[in-house]
Amino acid sequence: MEYESVIGLEIHVQLKTKSKMWCGCANEYGAPPNTNVCPVCMGMPGVLPVANEEAMRLTALAGYLLNCEVPKFAKFDRKNYFYPDAPKNYQITQYDKPSTRNGYVEFEFEGGLQRVGITRAHLEEDLGKNFHFDRESGVDFNRAGVPLLEIVTEPDIRNPDMAHAFLNALKDIMIYGGVSDFDMEKGMARCDVNISVRPVGQESFNARREIKNMNSFSGVRRALNYEIPEQTRRTKAGETIQQGTVRWNDDLGVTENMRSKEDAHDYRYFPEPDLMPFEPTDEWLEEVRSRVVELPLARKRRFMSDYELPEGDADVFVQNVPLGDFFEAAVEGVKNRKAVANWVINNLRAKLVEAGLEIGDCQIQPAAVAELVGLVDDKRITSKNAQEAFGIMFETGRMPAAIADEKGWKPADAGEMETFCDAAIEANPGPADDFRNGKDAALNRILGHVMKLSQGSADPGQVRALLAKKLRG
Amino acid sequence: MADDAFDIHYAANLARIELSEEEEARLGAQLGDILGYVEKLKELDVEDVEPTAHAHPVSNVTRPDEVRPGLTHEEVLQNAPRVVNGLINVPKIVE
Amino acid sequence: MPPLLLGLFLTFDILTMLNQLTISELTTKLRAGEASSREATQACLDRIAAVDDKVNAFISYDGEDALAQADAADAALKEGADGASKPLLGVPIAVKDVLAVKGQPLSCGSKILGDFISPYDATVIRQLKEAGAVVFGRLNMDEFAMGSSTENSAFGVTKTPWDLDRVAGGSSGGSGAAVAADEVIATLGTDTGGSIRQPASFCGCVGIKPTYGRISRYGLVAFASSLDQIGPMTKDVRDAATLLEILCGHDKLDSTSIPEPSPSLSANLNGDIKGMRIGLPKEYFIEGLDPQVKASVEAAVKQLVELGAEIVEISLPHTDYAIATYYIVANAEASANLARFDGVRYGARVQPAHDDPNPVFNLYARTRGQGFGAEVKRRVIMGTYVLSSGYYDAYYLRAQKVRTLIRQDFLKAFEQVDAIVSPTSPVLPFKVGEKADDPLQMYLADIFTISCNLAGICGVSLPCGFSGNPKLPIGLQLLGKPLGEETILRIAHAYEQATDWRSQKPQI
Repeated sequence: MEYESVIGLEIHVQLKTKSKMWCGCANEYGAPPNTNVCPVCMGMPGVLPVANEEAMRLTALAGYLLNCEVPKFAKFDRKNYFYPDAPKNYQITQYDKPSTRNGYVEFEFEGGLQRVGITRAHLEEDLGKNFHFDRESGVDFNRAGVPLLEIVTEPDIRNPDMAHAFLNALKDIMIYGGVSDFDMEKGMARCDVNISVRPVGQESFNARREIKNMNSFSGVRRALNYEIPEQTRRTKAGETIQQGTVRWNDDLGVTENMRSKEDAHDYRYFPEPDLMPFEPTDEWLEEVRSRVVELPLARKRRFMSDYELPEGDADVFVQNVPLGDFFEAAVEGVKNRKAVANWVINNLRAKLVEAGLEIGDCQIQPAAVAELVGLVDDKRITSKNAQEAFGIMFETGRMPAAIADEKGWKPADAGEMETFCDAAIEANPGPADDFRNGKDAALNRILGHVMKLSQGSADPGQVRALLAKKLRG
Repeated sequence: MADDAFDIHYAANLARIELSEEEEARLGAQLGDILGYVEKLKELDVEDVEPTAHAHPVSNVTRPDEVRPGLTHEEVLQNAPRVVNGLINVPKIVE
Repeated sequence: MPPLLLGLFLTFDILTMLNQLTISELTTKLRAGEASSREATQACLDRIAAVDDKVNAFISYDGEDALAQADAADAALKEGADGASKPLLGVPIAVKDVLAVKGQPLSCGSKILGDFISPYDATVIRQLKEAGAVVFGRLNMDEFAMGSSTENSAFGVTKTPWDLDRVAGGSSGGSGAAVAADEVIATLGTDTGGSIRQPASFCGCVGIKPTYGRISRYGLVAFASSLDQIGPMTKDVRDAATLLEILCGHDKLDSTSIPEPSPSLSANLNGDIKGMRIGLPKEYFIEGLDPQVKASVEAAVKQLVELGAEIVEISLPHTDYAIATYYIVANAEASANLARFDGVRYGARVQPAHDDPNPVFNLYARTRGQGFGAEVKRRVIMGTYVLSSGYYDAYYLRAQKVRTLIRQDFLKAFEQVDAIVSPTSPVLPFKVGEKADDPLQMYLADIFTISCNLAGICGVSLPCGFSGNPKLPIGLQLLGKPLGEETILRIAHAYEQATDWRSQKPQI
């Protein structure tokens, strides 16, 4: 009997706000312990929460980016449990009326398009951070009260690689949309996994285990690659899988049981009396919608189809949105889109890195790149001169035609080329023969000779074509 | 409405309140009386009644996303029973 | 008597009376330069030293700090500080030990907070300070505001100044007693089920609970978040109006705070209540109502008629269910609100031994088991229970629905009447220990005050007479519609001015 795995993920994502959810403490990573705190986020007697409006917006924005419904009524609830990292010994969260629900994420997987459902993405507060030592623990409350988006997927994921691909897609969306910086190393995103196995064809779900404590996407994959065979083996052997929570131990590569607490799941949810409900108006929702950006997958496909770019180029323009925007401006009306892409991806990107600049800070204009491509294609300047021109364009923002005029660059002399080609062929009889006999690479020797004769000013493309004609007819 | 006898042990555990045997007995009996009294709410038909969420409902109460000064490290720790290396110290938490 | 001696005698006389003044009377004297804030504050401190051993209104107070504030106020008075912007300049006011005052201890009548010093000011404290008041003292209360007698305090019971064998009421017993004993000019108390009004009744002073959301709860240690309100306890109605005007208003630190401006109250105390319709709930004339209380309240109602009001019989049909509703909702919310008292970040921690098998659990369980008193434990455990798995619908959800019915009773009644009148308490101040063994009996005495909090409306208690031997104060309660403070204060003031209960003082 074949077994399949049924996997759902729960991802907690810190929202990219300046201040915490209920108070004005800074939402910042890396501060010395217990320095970004106030009476509110420390759970001191008498304090009250007040909701961060940007966190509400980012939550609705995440909802739109995840294709969710953003209902007209949402509220907060208290989830009650005692733990040293919980300043109030309850967590303010959303239980039955979350801010967003019923969406999906689409991503590329194994050559096709995969969709994973999003049950809900709700807003809650983060807790402090526990540090464990030999015989005691310590708590840092800097993180307590940071706004957290809990994203719960439908159990649509079927294997560890899919989980990995999904997480990457989710990360791109969250970063793209400005919702979160999603840096797992800094604890800005944490992932728990729910996994069960069942015979293929069975519609109902078997008992599932929740795995916590994976610190990276590959950790998630590793944990699943351990747990799935384990559960499958045990199920085949007739053992019952105990529904419960386990901990992934990445060093040992196994899941470990956690302490079971008899009241572990009695959270006694009730509506948060200190907070008012959230009923977004149409105007407010419109304003959030205007912040929705083109998602990575859609962008990539658009670049590939509209501009006929190869996947690699499109990927660059997805990873680097401003570069892609520059490309789109430059390529307008230009037939040789690949050439524009090459200039932007190879030359412009390199120069930006070298100069330590963002694209918005440099001088070069999209129209200049377009003009440059035209000059080369019309053979008005050589490609070597074009390289030099690019450098000047980058430094000064000037247009290439003007630079070429000033420098007095001329297109390669056709007659001169003929002479140089003949001379080079004569000087390299071996390679010439090789080429005649079908060895394409042999041409490079002869080309190099022509370039030497022309002192580098010949256009390699043109020379190749000319040599080929001469040698092969 | 609840028909089972009131389990004070479970509730006290959930509330993290350690009771002596005597307290368990005494408080258990008193709470049994009180819970018996509140059963009278069962007499009412509340089928079509909305629960009161807030006495004076307002919605969309938020604050701007601005950083405000909080407490200094010393002020935070001034009331803390046990501090080690800037962290609030507790017994070892076993997960 | 030689002129010098006479002069000294009169001066001494004036000084010893400063603590007996109202806010209005004292501010008049202060601005006229007839007395200083230091003199007034010192008079209060002297009175506290003289009687508080017996009354036990104060858990603690910082006399030096109070005098320093008084000196600062005096300096401002000399510079001609503006009465409009600093209406309380130089007036000593004490507060219930449940309100956070920066740099002062905060105990909430409990041991569990240990030697906690608040690092911040509650909004109401900031408001009092901005108005120039001399804010001092931590007034005694039932632990975490849970109680109706102040017998649940970890710092001893507070007595009503009228009879030192009897309780001051609760949970704001210290606030009521301190005002009634002239230990201070006015106080702040808090009210979740009657905890301002009932002690006002037992101590013979004025106490008002405003509409829910009128006064910011930021800095009020929460008992039941949806029911708690802060309010003034004062010697007369005008003072209550004055304080209420200063404290009401939207606070951006409290999401439940109503976005309404502070109402104009003291200007409308014109004594005119002709034509006002005042409701008398038929369900409130119950069997357990003390006959002397009944007689006083009936006489008060007659007085209101003489002043031109019209009495209308009304019905509040769900009255019988209010106590059950309250104790479910309040205790549920309290169980969560008090969860933070665990000895981790602050408070009197009970640290388990190194070899304890369950140290984190036991840190919580023992800190709370040893730090909380019996009433708090009862309520937190009950609240935990009614929210727990399987019981939420049957208890909490149902109670919140009944709460809606109770609120609807009042809103319907207010379509017919401008205010509702009743006794504040069905019983006279009882002896210390009399009700301590039967918590349920104690709860049932809250019957007249408790619905007001559930419905979120406003209510005031003021003196309307005394019992015979022993002479104990009786309180009249007026309930108003949401945001209806102006109406009930006007009625209260008119009644107060037409009678003279205020001139009688306890003999301690």
